Amino acid sequence: MGFDLVYFLQRAVAQALPLLFGSNGEILNEKAGSLNLGIPGIMVSGGVAGIVSATIYENSVANPKGWIGLLISLLSSIACSLLVSLIYCVLTVTLRANQNVTGLAITTFGTGLGNYFGGAIASLLGLSSNTITTTVNAYKTPIIPFYDKLGAVGTIFFSHGFLFYVGVMIAVVSAIILKKTRVGLNLRAVGENPATADAAGINVTKYKYITTCLGGIVAGLGGLYFAIDYSNGLWDTQSFGERGWLAIALVIFVMWKPNLALVGSFLFGALYIADVFVPNLTPLTKEIFKMLPYVVTIIVLIATSFAKKKENQPPQSLGLAYFREER
Amino acid sequence: MSEVAIELKDITKSFGSVVANKNVSLKVNKGEILSILGENGSGKTTLMNMLSGIYHPDSGQIFVGGKEASIQSPKDAFDYKIGMIHQHFKLVDVFTAAENIVLGLNEDGKYDIKKSARRIKEICDEYGFEIDPMKKIYEMSVSEKQTVEIIKVIYRGAEILILDEPTAVLTPKETEKLFSILRNMRDAGKAVIIITHKLNEVLELSDRVSVLRKGEYIGTVETKEATEQSLTEMMVGKKVSLNIERSEPQGCETRLTLTNVSVVNREGVSVLKNVNFTAKSGEILGIAGIAGSGQKELLEAIAGLQHLKSGSIVYHDPKTGKDENLKDKTPLQIRNLGVRLSFVPEDRLGMGLVGSMGITDNMMLRSYNKGKGFFLHRKSPKTLAEKIINELEVVTPGTETPVRKLSGGNVQKVLVGREIASTPTVLMAAYPVRGLDINSSYTIYNLLNQQKESGTAVIFVGEDLDVLIELCDRILVMCHGQISGIIDGRGAKKEEIGLMMTTLPEKESKEESDE
Repeated sequence: MGFDLVYFLQRAVAQALPLLFGSNGEILNEKAGSLNLGIPGIMVSGGVAGIVSATIYENSVANPKGWIGLLISLLSSIACSLLVSLIYCVLTVTLRANQNVTGLAITTFGTGLGNYFGGAIASLLGLSSNTITTTVNAYKTPIIPFYDKLGAVGTIFFSHGFLFYVGVMIAVVSAIILKKTRVGLNLRAVGENPATADAAGINVTKYKYITTCLGGIVAGLGGLYFAIDYSNGLWDTQSFGERGWLAIALVIFVMWKPNLALVGSFLFGALYIADVFVPNLTPLTKEIFKMLPYVVTIIVLIATSFAKKKENQPPQSLGLAYFREER
Repeated sequence: MSEVAIELKDITKSFGSVVANKNVSLKVNKGEILSILGENGSGKTTLMNMLSGIYHPDSGQIFVGGKEASIQSPKDAFDYKIGMIHQHFKLVDVFTAAENIVLGLNEDGKYDIKKSARRIKEICDEYGFEIDPMKKIYEMSVSEKQTVEIIKVIYRGAEILILDEPTAVLTPKETEKLFSILRNMRDAGKAVIIITHKLNEVLELSDRVSVLRKGEYIGTVETKEATEQSLTEMMVGKKVSLNIERSEPQGCETRLTLTNVSVVNREGVSVLKNVNFTAKSGEILGIAGIAGSGQKELLEAIAGLQHLKSGSIVYHDPKTGKDENLKDKTPLQIRNLGVRLSFVPEDRLGMGLVGSMGITDNMMLRSYNKGKGFFLHRKSPKTLAEKIINELEVVTPGTETPVRKLSGGNVQKVLVGREIASTPTVLMAAYPVRGLDINSSYTIYNLLNQQKESGTAVIFVGEDLDVLIELCDRILVMCHGQISGIIDGRGAKKEEIGLMMTTLPEKESKEESDE
């Protein structure tokens, strides 16, 4: 069995996308001071909502159209992630509950939700099959039809569905907003020092709500990508695995920078599947390869804590609820 | 010239039952520097926070430029062109000066930090600031940070500037520079209000002085016509008789000798400088001074919680007769020698007691390492808790009621009672009557007196000068981390102490400016 580099890199990009969405969503959260450990749960629920809605659509009309199925699953995914993120916001921002506990609860809840609806959708609706082939096929038609004429680059980057472009765009746009705009400056101030932001006339609660919800939606798209592209419209929590947590680890790896997340997720994606592609691995070395993304994260953690450069540290008020009265 | 910039009429503000400001009225003109002078807790900062929108007055009116104003939030204050520079800076560390200055603004046009930086440069040139707009806050010194705060309010178009104890964190040289900038602002027609308790600064800088005492407005005088004496008298008021019993000190033996003790805090600022004194058994040594003059650091140095830069603290052990140098001892060893500290911080529960635990458990915090075996012995701490409840008349449903649920006075009785219970040889009590009503205060005074009579060396840090004069045998007055003098408690004059609190003797203050 030889090693096909182009195919490996193409798969690495495919693996990178859920991580890119997830980490981008978490970056937005953390920049506003919310350590949202609910991201894995939001990704699962966002993905499952997309599949479930498409299944219902395809089974309730005689001639389902692919693009309508896609639109429906996209909108349901967004709605579902928004809803779960709102729960997190109300609990942590308005009621000032502990962020860690709330996040873990959301992840447990989201994963449970996904398992239930993702696994039992066919029997719940009384269907004989729960495939959404029309929607999946519509998604898998590459946007750029002549991609295979662009050689290796075309295969690696442009053979993916539209969510690839959405993910890259979101990363670029959030990097620009955070760095170059007034809104970004205000947002970073909220995450660093909400009391200062408040004194400067910034609505801290509003900023936290909006970014946490947007972040949740972005992360949910990562789940949707996984559901429709990677697992062909069938949900399997088992194979989704640790992607949600890996996305959170990636945030530290890229030092809270969405533009670096593009590179970081590609690297993590490659490491994530390296054990499948590297030839002649024994069961033992295979397991070592599987550890790589986590090992890299730990090394980066150690390296950044040695560097002590303030800009590369987490936002200062990360994980803390803000109380105006305490001043 | 004397156009009124801002006027306060009959402002009253209370927090619960405590009246922080009572019928305060004052006026500031454009092109004028007004000092607001008063001791700690006289309500200066509360008053100014009502101008900056942090608090809202219970009653009274505020007029800005002749029109009645309602200031509900910091944003409203900006709209009225009022800018306050707080004692604790509100800046984002990882941002540059320019980013901090434009934060939260809705300026027209594209977000362009370079353009903002140019405007900041213009402001700097106009008033004489020196700052690099592109420098990160965490790389700045305290005085640079303060400069950023001042530029921030000017950038936002403030016409009325309020500075809360701006010189507390500055070196003499930086203070001079700040003053010349404030004078430039005055000449540019802005109204400047500076909160301070330093008399020399008031006399040097301001045009007029308003004095507050215990929340009440005492009066406003022209600085030209004021002297240190007259201002001190306004600030501390006439002597009040309290009738605290005071016995003659007996069997005085030296317990503690401090020689040239100096302490530098984490920021590298000198907080204690060449402190020399002795504490004797059978007497109460009072420590007077404006908050933050080094009282806390002094007590912590004795208790082993501060690292000494130089000097020595020698404890004369009455049991063995030996001299022990406390400098090399751990806090635990010092405690075991019989040197006890009960410190009551502003929030009362912050140090020494755990709010969610009962009295018994809090007693155990001091005896956790006594006794053997894996399990706790609750019997003796429980007996002790009961003893304290009975003897000090602590009002509580039981020994297991969380301390947090007790009233402030009872919490403090527990805190002081626990230290006394260990029969200390040196008892340090810092602000033990903070926030207490008059009766509870007297209970604490009596406790301290009993300790003194039983031969303990008592060190009492207090805020109220009347109490210090009535209670203490000797009073040590601190100013800027130095001792400005030790006087006899009997026959001490409030004005004299007040003056010592704010000014150092000639010789030492000269040394300071030399550095």
